[in-house]
Amino acid sequence: MSEQIKNFWAGVQAEIPLLIGVFPFGLIYGALALNAGLSTAAAQMMSSIVFAGSAQFITAQLVHEAAPGFVILLTIAVVNLRHMLYSASLAPYLASIPTRWKVLLSYLLTDEAYAPTILHYEKEGITPHAHWFLLGAGFSLWFNWQISTALGIFLGAAIPESWSLDFALPLTFIAMVVPVLKNRAAIAAALSAGIVALFAFSLPYKLGLILAALVGILVGTILEGRESPGEAL
Amino acid sequence: MNIWLVMLLGGLITFGMRFSLIYLFGRFQVPETMRKALHYVPPAVLSAIIFPELFLREGALDLSLDNARLLAGLVAIVVAWFSKNTLITIIAGVVALFLLQFLLFPR
Repeated sequence: MSEQIKNFWAGVQAEIPLLIGVFPFGLIYGALALNAGLSTAAAQMMSSIVFAGSAQFITAQLVHEAAPGFVILLTIAVVNLRHMLYSASLAPYLASIPTRWKVLLSYLLTDEAYAPTILHYEKEGITPHAHWFLLGAGFSLWFNWQISTALGIFLGAAIPESWSLDFALPLTFIAMVVPVLKNRAAIAAALSAGIVALFAFSLPYKLGLILAALVGILVGTILEGRESPGEAL
Repeated sequence: MNIWLVMLLGGLITFGMRFSLIYLFGRFQVPETMRKALHYVPPAVLSAIIFPELFLREGALDLSLDNARLLAGLVAIVVAWFSKNTLITIIAGVVALFLLQFLLFPR
């Protein structure tokens, strides 16, 4: 087996445990995106055009709330800003590959592809075929996400409209947010953002969401500066 | 804005962020403050969406005990805390909402 293929399969193998965790999310996304009012085609294509789990859930919610496009885009930008960190952290290992490879791997760079890849790179150091590992991890996750979305859309279409599952999206967000409330700064960020969102709810264009998110981020960051470093994360 | 245009631009923004520093390697560093601030994006953004869903009814604050969504949301928070499981949390919240609506507004 060539070094390239070996690295690719190592990436796939490292990704498998994460695939199991991501699959139900794809199902839920597919089912709820339909329920939020997206067409079958839009719900499915978002999984390949945007290809970012939490941003897709939030987009579905904002479409449901009839938020204007620029607010959705601003929210996607804030939510996905963390990918710049992944990009920075992988850059040294991908410095010598051709630009078309950088483009492909950037498209595939999700949280779940980043996590096993950086662990592998930190262990192995900079090696000539390292990019194949990220391709294996990223592609297997991509494939898994498309299939689980499709299955979710299929299931979602079978759910009777009278069930009114629009509450399931906020519930999904609750399930996402509770595990990250690990310290006082994170809890303060959540509470302050939530309270501002209530008072700023009547602002035009759903701008209250953006304002609330920025206040929450600011509060968390300031509080973290006061706590001992390392307590947050 | 058309949903397809939103998705296309949203995809470009996301791709741009993923590509940015792989492409600009060595020419730009992520500032420490931004690194810190990013930890608080998930709790802030998600709570900013959740709170109005639970506390507001037709745009007005509703803290009363017949606000079924608020009570069902609290049930979901407790379930999420203990189960750490998305699917179980969603099911618990949906069932709680269904039961509460039945109890509060029996037909």
